[in-house]
Amino acid sequence: MLTPVLSAHWDEADAFTLEGYARHRGYEALTKALKTDPDALIQLVKDSGLRGRGGAGFPTGMKWGFIPQGPEGQGGKPHYLVVNADESEPGTCKDVPFMLANPHALLEGVIIASYAIRASHAFIYVRGEVTHVVRRLHDAVQQAYSAGHLGKDIHGSGFDLEVVVHAGAGAYICGEETALLDSLEGYRGQPRLRPPFPATHGLYACPTVVNNVESIASVPSIVLGGAEWFSSMGTEKSKGYTLYSLSGHVKKPGQYEAPLGITLRQLLDLSGGMRDGRTLKFWTPGGSSTPLLTADHLDVPLDYEGVTAAGSMLGTKALQCFDDTTCVVRAILRWTEFYAHESCGKCTPCREGTYWMVQILQRLEAGTGTEEDIATLLDTCDNIFGRAFCALGDGATSPIVSGVQLFRDEFLQHVAGGCPFDPVASTVFGAVTA
Amino acid sequence: MDLGLPATTVVPDGIPPLTDDTRREAREIIARYPRSRSALLPMLHLVQSVQGYVSPAGISLCAEELELTKAEVGAVATFYTMYRRRPAGSYHVGVCTNTLCAVLGGDALFAVAKEHLGIGNNETSADGSVSLEHIECNAACDYAPVVMVNWEFYDNQDPQSLRGLLDACQAGNPPAPTRGPSRLVSFKEMSRVLAGFNDGLGQEGVAAGPASLIGLDLARQRGDVAPSYPASEA
Repeated sequence: MLTPVLSAHWDEADAFTLEGYARHRGYEALTKALKTDPDALIQLVKDSGLRGRGGAGFPTGMKWGFIPQGPEGQGGKPHYLVVNADESEPGTCKDVPFMLANPHALLEGVIIASYAIRASHAFIYVRGEVTHVVRRLHDAVQQAYSAGHLGKDIHGSGFDLEVVVHAGAGAYICGEETALLDSLEGYRGQPRLRPPFPATHGLYACPTVVNNVESIASVPSIVLGGAEWFSSMGTEKSKGYTLYSLSGHVKKPGQYEAPLGITLRQLLDLSGGMRDGRTLKFWTPGGSSTPLLTADHLDVPLDYEGVTAAGSMLGTKALQCFDDTTCVVRAILRWTEFYAHESCGKCTPCREGTYWMVQILQRLEAGTGTEEDIATLLDTCDNIFGRAFCALGDGATSPIVSGVQLFRDEFLQHVAGGCPFDPVASTVFGAVTA
Repeated sequence: MDLGLPATTVVPDGIPPLTDDTRREAREIIARYPRSRSALLPMLHLVQSVQGYVSPAGISLCAEELELTKAEVGAVATFYTMYRRRPAGSYHVGVCTNTLCAVLGGDALFAVAKEHLGIGNNETSADGSVSLEHIECNAACDYAPVVMVNWEFYDNQDPQSLRGLLDACQAGNPPAPTRGPSRLVSFKEMSRVLAGFNDGLGQEGVAAGPASLIGLDLARQRGDVAPSYPASEA
C-alpha cells in the first residue's frame, strides 16, 4: 500500500551525502540521460504521466515541451530551469524534509531536466526560513561540481550546467511561479499577468521551466525505471507515487509515500487514526487553499480527479486533520489572517478583501458578529474569486466558502452565544503543562 | 542644501559598520548571476549578517553596487518579512501561529514566550539577546507545534520546553536544533548562510527526523515496497 521511492533511504544517517546517494544508484540516471536525445527525455516524462507536485498538477513533460527550441526567436535565447523550493502553503511539509534528507536526488533531476530543455543555468529558489536545508543544498551542489556532475562538459557529454542555490526572504507569494521569477530577478515578488507564460517569457524574459521540488526529484526514477514502471502506480490520470503529509490531531503525523489515489481512510487506518477518544471533524486535502472536507470524504481517492470531483483540490497533498475539539471559525480566521498578511497588494480584490474578511471573522469568533456578517463574508469571497492575477486570492476564499457551507450551524452558534470551544482541549499538551 | 536630516550612513551604537570586505562579498554574490539585480536578496541577507538588520547604510551599499536607487532597494527590502528594520536579537525566536500549529498549541506557546521574555511581537529583549516574532507556516506541520530559532527547527514544543529554550538563549547557551547542526549559530551567522556563504555545518545533524520517517518505518514493518525497476531498464 505504501511505495517509498523518494523517501526509501531517509533512515540512513548519511542519506544526504554524495556517497549515501551513490549507494542507491544515485547519478546513474544522469549517465543514462546524457546518452539519450533531449527530445526523447521530454517524451519519456510525458509518457510517464508525471504531473506537477506543487499543487496545480500540470503535466511536467508537457511543460518541458513548451520550451521553444532552435536558433530562431525565443528559442535562440538562453533557457532556464527554476526549481520552486519555496514550500510555504499552510500544511505543506514534504519538500523541506525531502531536501534535508536527499538533496542529491533533486540535483540529479535538475541536471537531467536542464539537459532535456537545453538550459545551461538552473536555479533552486528555496525559502529562506529553513537554514539547514539551504546548507544541505549548498553542500550537494559543491559535491556535484567536485564529482563532475555539474560544470563544463558534464561526463564528456558536451553539456554545461551551472546551478545556483538562491535563498528567499519570507514571502508566501513567491511560491507562485511568476512572483518567484520576479523575486529571483531582484524585485518584490508580485505575480505577472499571463500570457506570456514563463515557457516563452520567464526569467529575464527567456524561456523558463518552473517545477516543484518533488516533480523534479521524481525524474531520475522515471529515467531509471521507465515510463511504464512509473505509470504502473497511481490511477488512470494521476500516475506514480507521491508524498502525503499527514498532520494535526492524528496519532502519527508524518510523511507517507504512496501511489496517487490512496484515501485518507486508508492512511488513517495504516497510521493509527485520530488521537484517542476523538473524531475527525474537518481536513484539507492539499493545504489551506484547498476547500475543506469532512469525515464524509474519507473514501475520496486522493488523486487529481478524485479530489476535484469531491469539490476540492489535491493541491500539495497536505492532509491537515482537525478533530472535534477544534473551532472551525477560529481555524478559518487564522488562515484568513495568513492570506491577508501574505497578499502582495497588487490586485485590489485580494488586498482589500482579505483585510476586511479578517475583521469580520474576528467579530464572529469573538461572538460579536451577526448573521449578516456571514453573508458579507461569502459576498466578499465572490468578489475575490477569479478577480486577481494569481491563485492567492482564490485560495483565501477556499476555507471560508467551504467552511460556511459545511459548518454554517457553528457560525450561527458563534453569533448566538460566542465560541463554544475550549482552545486548551485542542492543544497537544493540554492544560497540565500550559 | 542641508535639510538637517540624519545622514543615512550613521551607524547606531554597537552596530558594526559595513566594510570593504562586505563590499567585496557583495560583488562575489553579484558574480553568481547572469544579471546583477538577481543578487539583491542575497545581498540584503549579507547586510543582515554584518549588522543584524537592513540598515540605511546597507540599503545604500546595495543600491551603489547594483546601480539602483535607494528607493528601489528599500521597496524590495520592506516587501520580505525576513529583512528586519531593527536589529534582531542574537537569537531570533519564531513561534508558528498559522492554523495548524496555533490549534495544536502555538497560540499558547506564543503567549508563554511573550510573558516569559516580557516583550511583544517583533520586539527585542533589552539585553539584545532574544527577539520574538510569530511566524507563518514553516513547512514542519508534522512536528507541530513548531518553534524556530534563527530559522532552525525546534520541533514539538510545549510550554515547559519553550521556557527552557528561551532561558538557554538568554544565557547564550542554546541547545542544538532538533533537525540541524550540532550547535545553534547566531542570527548574523545564519544570515551569511542565506547570502550563499557555506558555513561548513551542512553535514552535521540528522538526515530526517522521526515524523519524516514514520511512513518509511511503517512500510518496512508491513513489507510494503514500490515495484522494482524492470530488468531491462536496470
